[in-house]
Amino acid sequence: MSRRPMLWLAGLSALLLGSPARAERFAIIHAEVHTVASAGVLRDATVLVRNGRIEAVGNEVEIPDGSRVIDARGRPLTPGIIVASSALGLKEIDGVEETNDVASGQKRYSAALSVADALNPRSALLPVNRIAGVTRALTAPDTRKGGSLIAGQGAIISLAGTLAPDGEWITRPQAALFATLGEQGRELAGSRPAAMAALREAFEEARSGGARLGDGLSGEAQLSPLDLPVLRRVLQRELPLVLHAERASDILAALKLADDYGLLLIISGAAEAHLVAAELASRSVPVLIDPSRNLPAHFETLHVRRDAIARLSRAGVAFAFVDASEFGSHNARNLRQLAGIAAANGLSRDAALAAITLQPAQILGLSTVLGSIEPGKIADLVLWDGDPLEVTSAATAVWIEGRTMPMTSRQTVLRDRYLKRPAPAAPPR
Amino acid sequence: MIRPVHACLGVLVTVLLAACGDRHPAAGTAADPFPSTYRPAPATTVLIRGATVLTGLDSRLDNTDVLLSEGRIAAIGKGLAAGGTTVIEAGGRYLTPGIIDVHSHLGVYPAPAVWATSDGNEATAATTPEVWAEHSIWPQDPGFEAARAGGVTTLQVLPGSANLIGGRGVVIKNVPAVTYQQMLFPGARRSLKMACGENPKRVYGKGGGRSPSTGMGNVAGYRAAFAKASGYRARWDAWNKERKGPSPDRDLAMDTLADVLRGNILVHMHCYRADQMATMLDVAKEFGFKIQAFHHAVEAYKIAPRLAEEGVCAALWADWWGFKLEAWDAINENIAIVDAARSDHGAGCAIVHSDDPDGIQRLNQEAAKAMAAGRRAGLPVSEEHAIGWLTANPAKALGILDRTGTLEVGKAADVVLWSSTPFSVYAHADQVWIDGVLQLDRAHPKAQPDSDFMLGTEVDDAGPATDDAADDAAEAATGARP
Repeated sequence: MSRRPMLWLAGLSALLLGSPARAERFAIIHAEVHTVASAGVLRDATVLVRNGRIEAVGNEVEIPDGSRVIDARGRPLTPGIIVASSALGLKEIDGVEETNDVASGQKRYSAALSVADALNPRSALLPVNRIAGVTRALTAPDTRKGGSLIAGQGAIISLAGTLAPDGEWITRPQAALFATLGEQGRELAGSRPAAMAALREAFEEARSGGARLGDGLSGEAQLSPLDLPVLRRVLQRELPLVLHAERASDILAALKLADDYGLLLIISGAAEAHLVAAELASRSVPVLIDPSRNLPAHFETLHVRRDAIARLSRAGVAFAFVDASEFGSHNARNLRQLAGIAAANGLSRDAALAAITLQPAQILGLSTVLGSIEPGKIADLVLWDGDPLEVTSAATAVWIEGRTMPMTSRQTVLRDRYLKRPAPAAPPR
Repeated sequence: MIRPVHACLGVLVTVLLAACGDRHPAAGTAADPFPSTYRPAPATTVLIRGATVLTGLDSRLDNTDVLLSEGRIAAIGKGLAAGGTTVIEAGGRYLTPGIIDVHSHLGVYPAPAVWATSDGNEATAATTPEVWAEHSIWPQDPGFEAARAGGVTTLQVLPGSANLIGGRGVVIKNVPAVTYQQMLFPGARRSLKMACGENPKRVYGKGGGRSPSTGMGNVAGYRAAFAKASGYRARWDAWNKERKGPSPDRDLAMDTLADVLRGNILVHMHCYRADQMATMLDVAKEFGFKIQAFHHAVEAYKIAPRLAEEGVCAALWADWWGFKLEAWDAINENIAIVDAARSDHGAGCAIVHSDDPDGIQRLNQEAAKAMAAGRRAGLPVSEEHAIGWLTANPAKALGILDRTGTLEVGKAADVVLWSSTPFSVYAHADQVWIDGVLQLDRAHPKAQPDSDFMLGTEVDDAGPATDDAADDAAEAATGARP
């Protein structure tokens, strides 16, 4: 076993290099490794990475000759954060329409729409969130205003963007189909029952081979030939359906739909999920939920409460955290703050970290390769300067698929242009 | 923000007319037509013992006692005598001034957000100084109690930012109330909310084919309004002096702007870009009014020394960005850079604001992020300094620093006891006093008054026994209600 002297701080290295290191073999030593796996938290541990994969994890790892060694000096190392709902790569500036492709404008059916056709690996949002520890994201079409009842297929991306090996940054081009019930569905279809009828109509048509296609019975509700194979994949459980539902009764309606058609269902929104936790748990239907919400911003979220997460956890409902506000893409980096809020309100810190790493990986069907620090998994890793859930902490180094990411973004460049270090502060005020 | 919701300036009209010196009250009126009816409940005497005290004055007092009596801070020191008063052992916990949010739309854009309650923008004309945000406040907004649980004791409620001049804002104490007058901060001046940039030109030019539709249209709009107000003010001031002949006609819009020019109403202005802020400083100089604070101001770091020189605060988010082009150049160090600016005439005045019913509940966390970002950029910011972004600085911008915003003997007992350092995601406001009245006690959630609107919600029917139920039982056993 050989250890090269530590020549640089982990966080500083990427800055100095200015470009991602090639995938190689390296060891991160003296780390507090939050494995988010059965090994739990390992202190003073080593993580060995080779060719973009985690090769070994533990306190007794042999470091092969020639390995680069990074001394974590006791700091926490976690899996990369996985954002289970965003428009990363799909929109740049909400208010600049030309850069915003989250919604098709079709009111009912856009099942054939695949965001992977439009994703931009050079989005400035990627580095801003990447240097804060976000390594993968689901990017999805919008079901809100301007969106569609069946909005289309979301993709899972790597925040490495153009820095991904061979530019292969789209982890899974068609990851899930997105649709909505509740107030959004009501707005798009005219009423809650109309939204449900429109969803059933679509699945019936897909199941029957599109026999009624073009018969004009549903007016604008007709499916296109391209929609049908996508819906069939959902019927065959090859593609999960992410249904947005907040109110407890809307969640139950979604469960009934999934029961009737045998769908692989994920509930997003889920403000009142704690009221129907048993029904969710018994069907193993997971939820994508914002743990910080506690105000009845809509009538469909009237019973939202801050300790809902602890209640869901006790009931055995699987959940991943998302940011329900309009800032879930630009500030996907704040997902760990939301996890911290959950931890401050009754959830264990380990479970809160899992809800932004392993849980989203499991819910999205990625947990064999992502979401935890275990041998064989992809080396998406983040080194922190303190408690990963604490707002005063920051990432000091980020690896995606074993590549060291540069710790710069458009924001850090702007900062450096304007930052003039003033003389020590005189007592203000 | 994209929604035409944000309005960020408010002006306070001094209610304490006696304190106005030679200032005139609103042009044609003798008194505030909407006076405060806030009367704090009788305050008990409380000794908070052994806390880490962040005073808001850039100082930290370890293991220190603070005595609250008759609604005021009566003593600060070590080993204060308890006497017969209630004693709270605060060892290991932090005591700070109550948090003040200078930018809120609670009550005017309440939860739930439906048409019936959407009252924050009078988006029928680009210049509406005649409207008062307080007349849109729905006191039942559950956001008020949620903000209280986050340690917010005072807030400024502003009209939105659809308009160039959106109307009057108002400073309120965050106390449970049936009418807004029962929340009005006694003696605080009202404010004028103005807005730069994309929102007015989008709402009127793009949305309605009216003026303004450009940045130059925006500036022409402010100048036209204040040019008119200058004449109005002169006519009324002359008449008030002589009181002879018929009085000039009343104009509610001009009443507001005239009181801005007299300094009775304080200007708060939504402005993102550095160049727009510089333009508005010129406009303010042209007509002789002062801008108390630029709100949102994601580019404030680009002109931080100028803001310090002019004595203008910047009320900022820790990290919001990118929702429109004028918010594209945000950086995490904005607050710390504004704070660190120095000039011959003053120091930077940074404020952490929310503009958001969720953000207002965790302003301490937002300040923590800004503090940490500053430190990593080499700007030394201590906790005792950063607490001023949430307390003393907003109090200064609102003109109420003589009454609240710091922990000093004689000031209002607006105080928060935190479970740990407030600069942490894990911190909770354990207890919140407003004018010496315990308005929040985390250990007794049921003792907090719920908004009428929340009554009847079935929040307890999910599975296992709840903390609330346990609390009910505890209360029943002890009969105690703080």
